[in-house]
This record gives sequence, C-alpha cells and structure tokens, in this order.
Amino acid sequence: MSENPRDLLYTRSHEWIRRLADGRIEVGITHHAQGALGDLVFVEVPAEGRQLEPGEACAVVESVKAASDVYSPVGGRVAASNGELASRPELLNEDPYGAGWLFRVLPAAGAAAGAAAPDGQFMSAEDYDRFLAEQAH
Amino acid sequence: MGLKTPLYDTHVRLGAKLVDFGGWDLPISYGSQIEEHHAVRRDAGMFDVSHMGVVDIDGARAGEFLRRLLANDVAKLRADGRALYSCMLREDGGILDDLIAYRRAENRYRLVVNGATRRRDLAWIGEHARAFGASVVEREELAIIAVQGPNARAKTATLLAPAAAQEVLSLAPFSAAQVDGWFVARTGYTGEDGFEVMLPATQAVSAFEALLRAGVAPAGLGARDTLRLEAGMNLYGSDMDERHHPLDSGLAWTVAFDPPGRDFIGRAALERLRREPAASFVGLVLEERGVLRAHQAVFDASAAADGPGDSATPLGEITSGTFSPTLNRAIALARLRAGAPVGRAGEGRVLVDIRGRRHLARVVAPPFVRRGQALVTL
Repeated sequence: MSENPRDLLYTRSHEWIRRLADGRIEVGITHHAQGALGDLVFVEVPAEGRQLEPGEACAVVESVKAASDVYSPVGGRVAASNGELASRPELLNEDPYGAGWLFRVLPAAGAAAGAAAPDGQFMSAEDYDRFLAEQAH
Repeated sequence: MGLKTPLYDTHVRLGAKLVDFGGWDLPISYGSQIEEHHAVRRDAGMFDVSHMGVVDIDGARAGEFLRRLLANDVAKLRADGRALYSCMLREDGGILDDLIAYRRAENRYRLVVNGATRRRDLAWIGEHARAFGASVVEREELAIIAVQGPNARAKTATLLAPAAAQEVLSLAPFSAAQVDGWFVARTGYTGEDGFEVMLPATQAVSAFEALLRAGVAPAGLGARDTLRLEAGMNLYGSDMDERHHPLDSGLAWTVAFDPPGRDFIGRAALERLRREPAASFVGLVLEERGVLRAHQAVFDASAAADGPGDSATPLGEITSGTFSPTLNRAIALARLRAGAPVGRAGEGRVLVDIRGRRHLARVVAPPFVRRGQALVTL
C-alpha cells in the first residue's frame, strides 16, 4: 500500500507539493526520500522572503549517510520555513507529509500557481507510485 | 548481485536494508542506524563481519615471517591468545591493509584482514610466505559476528557452556580463546567492550538468532561507521590506503621501530619518512550545525577575519566525517599538511568548506568517545 497521500503532487526529485487554501505551495520530501536517506540529522531551510527560481536548490536535508538538495518546484517568494526542523530533524523521518514540511512558497505572478506545470513535470500520487516501482527495477 | 555471507537470509528476514560493500551484500541498517549506534554504546549490538578475511599462518618460521611482513612486531605477543593491531606495508611504506594478528599458539598465528582487500592481501601474504616455508590458509568456512557494547560479553557468554563462558569472560582486552570450536576475541571496532566471535559458518545463523534472543540488537554498517569514527579508528580505503603510510595516517604508534634490526617490509622507506616533517592526522569537531564528510577541504581559520593566514590554499582534507550520535555534533578525521597552523589539540580552530561555505571546526585528538563516555568537551 502506498504511503503517498492522494491529494499531493510529486516531483521526480522526490519532493511533494501541497496546495494550501491561500494559494501558497507547501513543499517537503517524500516517504521514499526520507527512507532512502536514513536518519536525518541536519536540515537547512530557505530564509523567509528569499526569492526562488523554479527548480532552484533551496534546502538541504542531510542524514548520517548523505546530503541531498531539495528543489523548489515553483518560482516565488519563501513565505515560511519550518524552523522546528533545526532542533528536530527527525520529524522528517517520523512525519514527512506533516510536521516534516520544509518551506512554503508564494508563487510568483504568472507561475503555474498550484496547478500541474504545463510540461507535466509534476506527478499525481498514482504516477509517483508507478515512478518509484519503475525505479526499483 | 554481490557475495553473500552465511547470514544473508537472516538479514533479509530481519528487514535489513542491504548495500554493496566491497563486493558483498551487507546490511547498512535494520531500521534506524542511530538507534543501532546507541544500542552498542548503551547495551549490546552485533555486526555480521563475515566478509572479513581470516587467514591462518602456520609453520616453524611463522613468527619470523610475520616479523618481516608486518609493521608492528608479533614478538610482542608473549602469550598464546594475545592480539596485536598492525599495518601491512609495501616496500615504499604505502599501506596495503590494516589487520589484527592473533597468536593462536607458538608459530601458529591468525590474521583478520579487511573484506575489500582480502584477495590482494592473500596474494601478497602468499608470495612473501614462501621464503619462510609458512603455510597460508584462508578460513573461508568461518563466519565472524562482532558483539559490542557494555553488556555484550555477558550476553554472548549465555550462548556458551559454563566452563567456556567462564573462560571467555576472564579474557583480558586484546586477547582471545578457543572454546567449543569458536574463536572468541575481546577485540572490536566500536570503542566499546565486547567480543569478535569466529565460528563455523554452519553455526552462524543459530548463534545470531540466539544472540537476538539474548537481547543483542542487530546493527549494520551505518552504525559500525559512526561507532568506529567516534572511537577514532581509521577505516582502510578512506583514512589510509597504499598512497599513504602509517606516519601520516595517525598510525605511527603501530609501527615497531624497535628492535632496530627487524627488517620489516617498508622499514627503509619509513626510516626516511620519519626524518621529514609529517602530515598531521587530527580529529575535528564542527562548532556549527552541519555534517562533515570525506574530501571536504580544511582551511586556516586565522585567515578568516582578515588574519595573516592563507585563505585560498587548503591545509588538507577530511578523510572521513559523519554525524556523531553520541555527541550530537559532526566529527571527522582529517589529514593536514606538515606544519599546518592548527594550534594545540583541543584549542586550535580550522575552517571546513561545506558546499561552498566555510564552517568553524575545532581540532582535537581522537578518540571522541570511548566506553560510552564523550572524551571531547563541547
């Protein structure tokens, strides 16, 4: 059974995307990503107010084993970042789709705000499940 | 698919995440590597290290041969069962491997070598053994389980008959006994007390399961690496290799230059090298948040605040780094060029380049943690 919530969108670099009611985009890493990294010990999130390009590396999640960049799926301004992760990086392992969220972006005007990008770079949960299954082979 | 130890199916059944390690499929962890780390520091954990090579060296001149082969001196092994850590060098002083040598009996020794280097080691050892008429036998039918932690010895002893249990519990550190077909050594690679048990591969699964029932936590390569690094122990292939010698790898203490007449392989090269300024091999504790990793460049900290130092040329690099679960800080081993201005251990500061930004780290003398206790002040 999939761990990936049906109401989110997913990227090929294993971020999840949640559209919030106020138009902002919440971003985190998937259950698969946290499992592959192992115990997270250090998380660096973007400062609030920072302007992000679509696809820009803007956060770092680091486990005992390895460091991994997190990319912003959309361009825009960082509206909030999860400061709790500085002292409790393990939240990313324990609750990747909830308390382990990384940052929220207010999409730039003209950005595909909350919708799947025109080039179809985001996946539904079903497509992401298939993507993971293909990668496992 | 890689090589499999006799415990492969057991690891799979326990839900281990398996990785390729020097050609072997081995568990990196069974769940949380940090919990496995703490289990070893606080109670007892076990590692399948059957990928390591067990090589028995026997013959009337076996001792003489090993005094030629190894940089440390097996003549220090004054009683049967005693063990010794040593490097095995090339003629130019480059490190071929690090190993533990046990004296099983007079002129009967056992070497335990790294898994990734065992083929090359066997060829090297065999080639040099000929002149001494020593027999070199790889004991591929043996498995090795390392049981480590403050309660490791007591829990391992529950698997043994009373007399055997008493014998292994009375072993001094760095010594071994052969009991009921098992070779039990009070050695390890974690900085904790414990045993390394060499036993017939056919008994490995039942022993591992009995240890599980005795409350020993299975632990993977991930925890093994954080434990050994906290303990300040080098990893072959990361902290040293054939391009480095013991004197620039923090291993000068393992080279027996006395007696002066012992002509071990690599001696002439080391005699030259020891007269030159040596690279310093140091421990680092990151003062800021982040994780230290192998190959990160280390810079002079005095250059940062418009000081006199050179901020462009690295002093050296990290050879292995990780996050220390015991200290809750990043730690590392680093090799710095001779004369690097790092101050006294415990006081000196350097800068480490982590993804393009420089972070302050303190220079310390390893180990960082031993027997559950932090040895560096934070």
